[in-house]
Amino acid sequence: MADARDVVLGRIRAALADRPTAAPVPRDYDTSRDVQDVVGLFAERAADYRAVVRRVRPRELAEEIDVSLRARGARRMAAPDDLPAWWRIGEVVWSLDEPGHPLSIRALDRSDGVLTGCAVAIAETGTVVLDAGEAQGRRALTLLPDYHLCVVRADQVVGTVPEALARLSPTSPLTFISGPSATSDIELDRVEGVHGPRNLEILIVN
Amino acid sequence: MGRNPVTWLGSPTFPSAARAALADTQLRGNLAHATGTIRTKRAAVVSELPDWERLRLAGEAIKDDVLANLDTHLTRLEAAVTARGGVVHWARDAAEANEIVLGLVRAAEASEVVKVKSMATAEIGLNEALAAGGVSAVETDLAELIVQLGDDRPSHILVPAIHRNRAEIRDIFRATMPGASPSLSDSPADLAEAARAHLRRKFLSAKVAISGANFAVADTGSVVVVESEGNGRMCLTLPRTLITVMGLEKVVPTWRDLEVFLQLLPRSSTAERMNPYTSVWSGVTPGDGPSEFHLVLLDNGRTATLADEVGRQALRCIRCSACLNVCPVYERTGGQAYGSVYPGPIGAILTPQLGAGTDDPSTASLLRSLPFASSLCGACYEVCPVRIDIPEVLVHLRSRSVTEKGPYTPEAVAMAAASWVMTSPSRFRLAQRLLGPLRLLARHGRVRRLPWPASLWTDSRDVPAPPKETFSAWWRRTRGPTSRASSGSRTRSRAPAPGRTAHSALWRRLRGRGTLPNDAGTAPPDTGAPLLGGAFADLVRRVRGGRRG
Repeated sequence: MADARDVVLGRIRAALADRPTAAPVPRDYDTSRDVQDVVGLFAERAADYRAVVRRVRPRELAEEIDVSLRARGARRMAAPDDLPAWWRIGEVVWSLDEPGHPLSIRALDRSDGVLTGCAVAIAETGTVVLDAGEAQGRRALTLLPDYHLCVVRADQVVGTVPEALARLSPTSPLTFISGPSATSDIELDRVEGVHGPRNLEILIVN
Repeated sequence: MGRNPVTWLGSPTFPSAARAALADTQLRGNLAHATGTIRTKRAAVVSELPDWERLRLAGEAIKDDVLANLDTHLTRLEAAVTARGGVVHWARDAAEANEIVLGLVRAAEASEVVKVKSMATAEIGLNEALAAGGVSAVETDLAELIVQLGDDRPSHILVPAIHRNRAEIRDIFRATMPGASPSLSDSPADLAEAARAHLRRKFLSAKVAISGANFAVADTGSVVVVESEGNGRMCLTLPRTLITVMGLEKVVPTWRDLEVFLQLLPRSSTAERMNPYTSVWSGVTPGDGPSEFHLVLLDNGRTATLADEVGRQALRCIRCSACLNVCPVYERTGGQAYGSVYPGPIGAILTPQLGAGTDDPSTASLLRSLPFASSLCGACYEVCPVRIDIPEVLVHLRSRSVTEKGPYTPEAVAMAAASWVMTSPSRFRLAQRLLGPLRLLARHGRVRRLPWPASLWTDSRDVPAPPKETFSAWWRRTRGPTSRASSGSRTRSRAPAPGRTAHSALWRRLRGRGTLPNDAGTAPPDTGAPLLGGAFADLVRRVRGGRRG
């Protein structure tokens, strides 16, 4: 029996016997857009998808994290081990996810929330993107806890999807997050809160 | 070639399935509500982007490049995924893909797998194949779960349970979901919560997950899954082994191409600026996610589709389902009438192509009926984010269906006879005189039922009643050389209005050309579109009689 790979590739070449030529891709769509207040737009769009969004000053970040955790009533928080130490504040037990000693799935599931930074945020779509880089940790970390508190620096916010992709490394594991988990599966209407974190809170620092 | 499970075994042809679906008022209510909601929302988010049409053109061009150089892109994808620790498998057809997946699941010593909603695995009947091999597959997408628990069939690409309303879903959950509270309410939030509780344990203990792919980047080996609920993230990150089954045509050449599709897809599909979660991974990342990644590249009729110069554009499809939501036929019959996991306008062109070559006669007649499941109104083409000219492919496949049936079907004979009559003015005039008395059978200007063999036509169409006086008779009486009324006079000033009215009415009719079952009520909203053949009969009527009143 011939190798499936050879057969399929052979079929493709036979199917293209008419040698169709593809026109060059027109890239005249907008890669960026003229937005007056990118950070403001991001805040508005993220909130539109039911994320809780607060804008805070850099000096007050730690306090504001504390405010969020208190409001949430969080007692056990998970975090990546490279999270800035001064973010780990408040009367909360912090569990660090270390590459050599990852938190168990059970421990993550039982934690009240997770605190991370992000790689990029997209204003037009209200999206934060995690790339497993600094202060973000592995993907499971931001998935199992029911509350995700995410710190976004103003300089991480770009206007459009093309601008965001240009900043990201395609081979890193990426997660684009737009609001809390949701579904449109019942009567095609969006309902927040299914398997992923049901509560997304974003602190924009500028 | 064996049966291709892209269709469900024993499904009736579209017209008979549609008849049953149309009688289901609950179904029609659910569909009208859901598609109406999504159409409005889609229009709003699309209008936010000033470059939407340019994005569509880019999306079309990227996909055309994918298809024109498919072999190159796939071998590059294979190399990139392999270089990053993934394993690439090739499958000629459904059976081979299922066998590969079952083998991988067994090697991982799992008896249960969690699944992210995937059209490719639905197309190949993977769940059934796994069950036959002793492995149970748990669908984790809410709508797929509703379908699976209800022992039902999907009816929409994006929302397979679109035909169910909240009360029906509550009843399914109460009856079949272990641990579901008997007092579970029908609020969508409570239903989502019930699904969350039900699946949580499965996610946390699963060893193997199976997914599809929305895109895979040839350059970098990055695979993309676009989802809403987080069930995708659970499947893609928690288990040790991840198996992704992907149609050949899902490859895109470069990372940059995603900037187009990540804008086109969410807005077209769930009418969101961005879906809640998009995951991207390439190969295996130590310490983050599965330690084993398998990518199964699936042909299953795709290369045969690629060989058709008109039909191959169906392979541009990114499975957004916008064409379903705007289709007047889909909105009334629902997805199950199409007999396939790919319903709606895209299904009407994709299913017959992917399933071509079936040796099962009833499947063959279903496949032949699908390209006729459309009014050719063109709404699907207008919303398609990759500009698939669905009406063009429908007409192309219709002509193939007609050719396949041969020249001696009743329809072909009738058409040949009509052509013989209509190519001669004297035969045409005679036919007009002979058919005039049909008027006596008409009610409200329409003939609904004729005796056999004309019943073959009127079973699914109305015939406009012949007028008392045909246009040519009127012309002869009022204007013609033998007419006393107009003798000697060539002035236009007295030309009566009916001619002009008839002309504009005819024009309106021809713009709304199409074929529709009359009882489906499937006319596009802005025209009273007659059938293709009906358009002709109408033309005859207009030419003969002008418009009364």
